[in-house]
Amino acid sequence: MSLLEVNSLKTSFLVRTGEVKAVDGVSFTLEKGKVLGIVGESGSGKSVTAYSILQILSHPGKIIGGSIKLNDEELVGANPSFIQKIRGNKVSIIFQDPMTCLNPVFTIGNQLMEAILLHTSRNKKEARERALEMIRLVGINDPEKRLKQYPHELSGGMRQRIMIAMALACEPDVLIADEPTTALDVTIQAQILELMKKLQKELGMAIIMVTHDLGVIVQMCDEVIVMYAGRICEKGTVDEIFYEPKHEYTKGLIRSIPYGSKKESRLIPISGSPVDVLNLPKGCAFAPRCDKAMKICLEQKCELVSLNQTHSSSCWLNIADLIDKGQIAPDESIVPEDKEGGTANV
Amino acid sequence: MSDYIDHEYMVEVNNLKKYFDIPLGFFRTAKLKAVDDVSFFIRKGETLGLVGESGCGKTTVGRTLLQLYHPTGGQILFNGKELHTKEEIQAFRMKAAMVFQDPYSSLNPRMTVGDIIGEPLDVHHLYKTPEERQARIRELMELVGLSSEHATRYAHEFSGGQRQRIGIGRALAVNPELIVCDEPVSALDVSIQAQIINMFEDLQKKLGLTYLFIAHDILIVRHISDRIAVMYLGKIVETAESEEICDRPLHPYTQSLMSAVPSRDPETSRKSQRIILEGDVPSPLHVPSGCPFRTRCPKAFARCTEEVPLLREVAPNHFASCHLLEPKQE
Repeated sequence: MSLLEVNSLKTSFLVRTGEVKAVDGVSFTLEKGKVLGIVGESGSGKSVTAYSILQILSHPGKIIGGSIKLNDEELVGANPSFIQKIRGNKVSIIFQDPMTCLNPVFTIGNQLMEAILLHTSRNKKEARERALEMIRLVGINDPEKRLKQYPHELSGGMRQRIMIAMALACEPDVLIADEPTTALDVTIQAQILELMKKLQKELGMAIIMVTHDLGVIVQMCDEVIVMYAGRICEKGTVDEIFYEPKHEYTKGLIRSIPYGSKKESRLIPISGSPVDVLNLPKGCAFAPRCDKAMKICLEQKCELVSLNQTHSSSCWLNIADLIDKGQIAPDESIVPEDKEGGTANV
Repeated sequence: MSDYIDHEYMVEVNNLKKYFDIPLGFFRTAKLKAVDDVSFFIRKGETLGLVGESGCGKTTVGRTLLQLYHPTGGQILFNGKELHTKEEIQAFRMKAAMVFQDPYSSLNPRMTVGDIIGEPLDVHHLYKTPEERQARIRELMELVGLSSEHATRYAHEFSGGQRQRIGIGRALAVNPELIVCDEPVSALDVSIQAQIINMFEDLQKKLGLTYLFIAHDILIVRHISDRIAVMYLGKIVETAESEEICDRPLHPYTQSLMSAVPSRDPETSRKSQRIILEGDVPSPLHVPSGCPFRTRCPKAFARCTEEVPLLREVAPNHFASCHLLEPKQE
């Protein structure tokens, strides 16, 4: 049994102009003490996936299918009061922007103690002790003084540390970090990532790291999910994704990172623009930008196919490879040979 | 070291200072030293990268250079001449342009793309007939990789990368020699960043442009720049050729900055030793005495508190301001 099991999760935003399928059939599992990275561009559904787990989607967003199991307990469709007990207690989240996520009219101490009082049986005095302990844990000096301060009195890096302290106060099993360092400078980012790594080892929690920064993924994660237009393109260990990328989008993403100076190389961008989530193409969402797109790519979405125990990809090219190698038979339902009738399993 | 035959400096900045008055209450103000005694030069046709953390004054340097802010002190020479009169500044504005960070807020939502790109042409009276204006707009749009049929559309109809192209088209309208690019790709997705960076490089080759490229992403700056200057709290702490400064940083701040950049390669990432700096950047309102970096510097010693280190040549064409790098005397 895994700590967290997400199965064909579908989350949509029903807006006036149509249905935005922000997450369209995402499945993954998270083991205890592991760090899973979710990487993708803006609009790829990486944050919505994270928010769906905690069910903190903003208004028109709704989970319309799939299941999310935490310690074998179903979260989708569960009683809101049950979800409330999970939030901040078993699963916590750190948001991107520490400036807007702290309440400006309450002191740090007040906000830190709120979660502790809500989720544990500690009284006010014990909660205060715990808050002080947490502030020390995240490496902020003078904790007594900090408890009385307001968020505007702290720097960006310090606020993000407070957010981490708040998220970890109840010793969650899963920590979701949604772009935790995007708003911070590199030297501060290094501090925060180091801190998260240290705390993860000490407390043994699992982390879901949502980011667009491949550097953060490399530094932090054990496994990576690459998302594009609400679907998983590729899933694998960090080494598999960076050294043997199989999906054309992952390859493009890794190629487009600047290496060295301009005398050595020219950047290889992915052509075209990001997808319009309101008008997703019928086939693979990446096909319009893919140089190697085949006929089937434009017609039909490819399902995630496992290439080995840890590595899977949803690219028709990989399936073509597998057929060539004779590892899968062409008549299996995932490979609709009859393109005309082909609705098989998709 | 250099493959430039023409060693002429297009821009020379000497001891530039820009202080802002920050109101603290009735009749009380504080001096915010955004840029404090900065000197650098940019050769014709080269790209100078300016990196630093937020609040270090890199944007202020760019804006002061373009005369968008009036400098508090110091000298800015453009092609060897200082700009004094209004006419001189007006003429300078045809030679220098700016590309802004945020492609969403830097384009007027009520103007069509054609009008946005055409506005500099209107301001500087760069056409005789309306047909000439249209032709120039079409030419500019194609130059930045936009379809000229889209000239009648509005900015909101375009994606982030395309909007940045519009911003670049507008900057190119006056046929500038110098372009100040203020974080031009940091608001864009990774896959689009590479497209825009390549376009900057192509335009430079095609039109012989000179860039001041301001950014915080060291990998991108390293890629596009010939030379890099690193700023910290209003001062340039180190400047050298881009490979030199990235591979052999000498100033303790640059060293920690370079090591803080997460590697994109799992193997190197596992091996690399990071220098994690303690604490945060001090407020520019209360710059520490002596060396501004001393409060976070792992190697600081007594002299750093007392004396401001000067930017000096510590290796051929490699300048840094640190007491540790001074040649031992006596």
